[in-house]
Amino acid sequence: MAENKGVLIFCETKENKLAAIATELLGCGRKLADDLGQELSAVLIGSGLAETAKEAIACGADKVYVADDAQLKNYQTDAYLAVMEKVVGQAAPQILLLGQTSIGRDLAPALAFRLKTAVALGCLELAIDPGSKKLLQTKPVYGGNALAVFVTESFPQIATVRVKTMTPLAPDPSRKGEIVNIDAALDPSAIRAKVLEKVAEKVAGIKLEDAEVVVCGGRGIGSAEGFAQLEELARLLKGAVGATRPPCDNEWVATGAQIGLTGKIVAPDLYIAIALSGSSQHMSGCSGSKTIVAINKDPEANIFREARFGLVGDWKKALPAFTEKLKDLLAG
Amino acid sequence: MNMVVCIKQVIDPEAPPASFKIDSAGNKVVPPQGVSPVIDPYAEYGVEAALKIKDAQGGKITAVSLGTNQLRDIVKKPLAMGADELILLEDEAFDGGDSWSTAYALAMAIKKIGEYDIIFCGREASDWNAGQVGSGIAEILGLPSVTLVKKVEPAGGKAKLERVTDEGYEVVEVSLPCVITVSNEIGEPRYPTIKGIMGAKKKEPVVWKPADIGVEASQIGAQGRHTKLVKLFQPVREGKCEMVEGESPEEAGANLAAKLREVKVL
Repeated sequence: MAENKGVLIFCETKENKLAAIATELLGCGRKLADDLGQELSAVLIGSGLAETAKEAIACGADKVYVADDAQLKNYQTDAYLAVMEKVVGQAAPQILLLGQTSIGRDLAPALAFRLKTAVALGCLELAIDPGSKKLLQTKPVYGGNALAVFVTESFPQIATVRVKTMTPLAPDPSRKGEIVNIDAALDPSAIRAKVLEKVAEKVAGIKLEDAEVVVCGGRGIGSAEGFAQLEELARLLKGAVGATRPPCDNEWVATGAQIGLTGKIVAPDLYIAIALSGSSQHMSGCSGSKTIVAINKDPEANIFREARFGLVGDWKKALPAFTEKLKDLLAG
Repeated sequence: MNMVVCIKQVIDPEAPPASFKIDSAGNKVVPPQGVSPVIDPYAEYGVEAALKIKDAQGGKITAVSLGTNQLRDIVKKPLAMGADELILLEDEAFDGGDSWSTAYALAMAIKKIGEYDIIFCGREASDWNAGQVGSGIAEILGLPSVTLVKKVEPAGGKAKLERVTDEGYEVVEVSLPCVITVSNEIGEPRYPTIKGIMGAKKKEPVVWKPADIGVEASQIGAQGRHTKLVKLFQPVREGKCEMVEGESPEEAGANLAAKLREVKVL
C-alpha cells in the first residue's frame, strides 16, 4: 500500500444530519489534508444520506463515499466493519479519523486489526510531522497523568478524536465536491452481533454533554440530598449536573452523570466543581472546560491547580450562599 | 461455559498524582516507591462479569496475564475472587509491546487454551488506556466482538448483552464464541473471601513462554509493535487559581458569586 494518499473521515450522523463530532473531524481533517497537500474525503454509512453528503462537502470534504442501505440504518459492528474495509480499500487513505464515541471506539480498533495497521484512541491533538509527514497522535495515558505521542508505522494511520477538541469549519454551501456511491452488498449472515433494541437514557433537562454550565459534585457531597442542592444551582444556570465516580457508585446520582475517563467528556463554558479533589481520571473528562470554578475544603486539593477561581471552605455552608447571591444577581 | 479473562498487573491508578513520575529519556513511567502494583481495575470488571455467569450457570474461568515481574500475590487476585486457573505469559520477549503485540500473544495463548465460549477483557487498561486489545484478539481469532458491555446473559450458543452507548444502551445478541469488553456499569468487582485467598495461595500459575504458544520473538513485545512511542510527558499545569475569600464560608460563597458576575463568567 505504497500509494496511500489523503485523509478520510468516518462521519457519524444523527437523524441524517452530520453529528457534531463529524463536523469537528472534518475541520481537523481539512487542516491535515492541506498540510499534506492532499484530498479530504468523508465516508457516510446509513440510510437516506443524499442531503448529508452535501453537508459533508459544505463542511470541508472534497469527496464523499456514501453507503446508503436500509440495513445500515443503525450501527452494527460487523456490518459497518465490512463497509469500512471496502471504502478504505477503494480510497486508500494515509490517515483515517473517527470520533471517540461509542461507535468510533468500537469500530476503529476492529478495523485497524483487520487492516493490519494500528490506531490511537481518544486523541486530543493531531499534527503532521514536518520531516516524516507521518501523523503525530497525542493522547492521554495513565488515566490522564501523562500525554503520549504515537506514530503508526503502517497505513492507514488510524486515530479516534475526542469530542469537542477540534473546531469545525463554517459550512460553505457553495463548496464543490464529488459523491461516490458504495454498494454495501451486505451478507446478513455475516452479522454475528445483532443489535436487537436501542434504549435511550431519559434525561431530565439539558443533556450533560450539551450544557454550557456543568455543576459537578464529588465524594464530599455525601448523599443524594446533597446532589439536590447541585440540581438547584444547575437549574438556575440552565446547566446540568455531573459527578465523579464515587457518587455514581454510591447511587447518589445516575451512572450517566459520571464525568471522566470512564464517563462522559464535557467542555462547557463554566464548570463548577464542588467537593471533588480533581483526580487525573476525573479531569480528563472536563479539562476542556473554558472556566473551572472550585469549592473544596482542602486547600491542597488538586482541583485548585486546575481551577481559575477557587473557594476554600465547606460546600454545605458556601454553596447555599453562592446560589442565593447568584439568584439576586441574575434577577437584577 | 468456558471463559477466559485477560488481566494485567499495572501501577496503582489510585496512587496520588504527585507520585507519578516519568523518565523522559527512556519514555517510561517510573514505578512509584512504596506503592504496590495492582490488577488493572478495568480488567477486574471482566473477572466480575465472568464470575456472575459462573454463579448463575457454572463454568470454568481461566485468567491470562501478560507481563514481566508479575508479583504472584497480585496476579493471583482473580483466583482469590473465584477464577479456576491462572496462566502467565511471562518472558522478557513479551516486554515493551503495544496493543498489536499484546493482542497477538494473548490470542495465541487463548488458541492454545483451546476451549472457550466467551473471552472477557476490560474496556481498556488503566496504564496506556489503549482500549483495543479486546477488539484485536477478536479480529486475530476471527471472532465477533462486543465492546463496553454492562450485562451478559449466555443461553443456547448465544449471548444477550447490553452495550453502553452515548445515548443509553443497546441490546445485542451475539453468537458464541465471542470477545466481550466490559464496562464498569457491570457492577463493582467482588472482594476475595478468606476461603478464596487461602485457595489461591495453594494454586500455582502456569507460566507460558513464547515457544509454548508458538510465537516468534519478532511478533511480540517491542519487536511486534505497529506503533512508535515518540514522546511521553506530563502536561504542564498553569496554576493561576484566584482564591475568593470571606469572613465565613457563607460570605465567601456570596463573594464568589459576585466575582463570577464581575468577570462576566456569569
